[in-house]
Amino acid sequence: MASLDTGGDDGHKKGPGVKKAKKQSTRVDMTPMVDLGFLLITFFIFTATMSNPTTMDLNMPKDTDKKDEETKIKQSGSLSVILAKDNKIFYYEGDLDPTGSNFKNATYKDIRDEIIRKKREVISRYVTDPACENEARSKGKSIDDCKQKDFFVVIKPTDDATYKNVVDMLDEMTINKVSRYALVKPFDTELDAVRLSGGGGGTAAPAATPPAK
Amino acid sequence: MAKAKIQKKSTDTDMTPFVDVAFLILSFFIMATKFKPSEPVPIETPNSVASQVMPDNNAVMMSIDKDNKVYFSVMSKSDIQKGKDIIKEAAKRAGVTLTDADLSQYQDGEMIGMPFNKIKGYLALPPAQRAKVAQDGIPVKDSATSELVNWIGAAKYVFSGDQLKYLVKGDNSSKYPTFGAIIDAMKRNDEQKYNLVTMPQDAPAGTELYQERLKGK
Repeated sequence: MASLDTGGDDGHKKGPGVKKAKKQSTRVDMTPMVDLGFLLITFFIFTATMSNPTTMDLNMPKDTDKKDEETKIKQSGSLSVILAKDNKIFYYEGDLDPTGSNFKNATYKDIRDEIIRKKREVISRYVTDPACENEARSKGKSIDDCKQKDFFVVIKPTDDATYKNVVDMLDEMTINKVSRYALVKPFDTELDAVRLSGGGGGTAAPAATPPAK
Repeated sequence: MAKAKIQKKSTDTDMTPFVDVAFLILSFFIMATKFKPSEPVPIETPNSVASQVMPDNNAVMMSIDKDNKVYFSVMSKSDIQKGKDIIKEAAKRAGVTLTDADLSQYQDGEMIGMPFNKIKGYLALPPAQRAKVAQDGIPVKDSATSELVNWIGAAKYVFSGDQLKYLVKGDNSSKYPTFGAIIDAMKRNDEQKYNLVTMPQDAPAGTELYQERLKGK
């Protein structure tokens, strides 16, 4: 087969003194090769990065000075979420009560329930708006967007919030299908309330807080 | 009496199919593996339910590491000259002149996080050495002197007419003000649309998005 036969006595008659060429085995020991093969497999399995990074859209509004171009929110449907230090969250509905009675704290786990609850509440108050519904239908969209048109989540990250907090919160908007939300700088009154509630800690010097607009 | 001889069965199994499959898997992994380009700064991105695949061409990425340092990188593998042009243009806007010779060591997708006054010396280093240098980060904190504005403006200028995606990649533990500064720099260049780089994650069970994705399947 693969081995060369150097006997060369095909044409001759075999005499009694002529030695027969030993037939060599063509088998090769494959063990080292297979060993190496498996070693490489394990290496590639461990180094393979299977999940590729994804991206998430973020659209910010243009800064505008004109009052009539600003997005108006109904106080009844607004939910302000303040992202504070150490993964703490504070939230309130509508306007912040001067006494701070509607200023509550939450964690990233239970803020979802709060968003869902508020969204349901806004939808339950929905009065049929034929103009909006017709427009949505003509575009082939669902009318869910019209139902929650008064619902607005205002995300206010403080200087102590981490990037992960912000992304988590934006993700929460996608998860709960909140169509209207915005990233806004917190007001001084809110920062004070956070500090009073122990979320910002005494370390957050007032000078470090951004000026409220 | 002749004893009944127990026939010795060979313990050899034919391993050929097994080895065949093993090598098939091996070749699959070799071909499917895309090696991560070595990053000078490790950044751990947060998870999100977003499912859009990250573009790796015609995009610029602003990265924030865990020490709140900002880096800028251009991903234009189809035309590496664009990346060089952006660096030149950005430096020019800050009053620093760079030539193509200065950028001969530039590699596509490299993360640059040096203030303009140090950029020339940094780019002159060979790539292997550059990876070891701890960069200062692009100054962004003060919006009046934010150099990121120049970078974004230069990218916008070089890519004018072409589609350009802006990516923001932040570390989990980086603080919000740095991200806010990036948003600010984008706003000053009149760019409102950008993408945040995250790692994929499933929609939590029971939520609206979960229901919708279930229906879609």
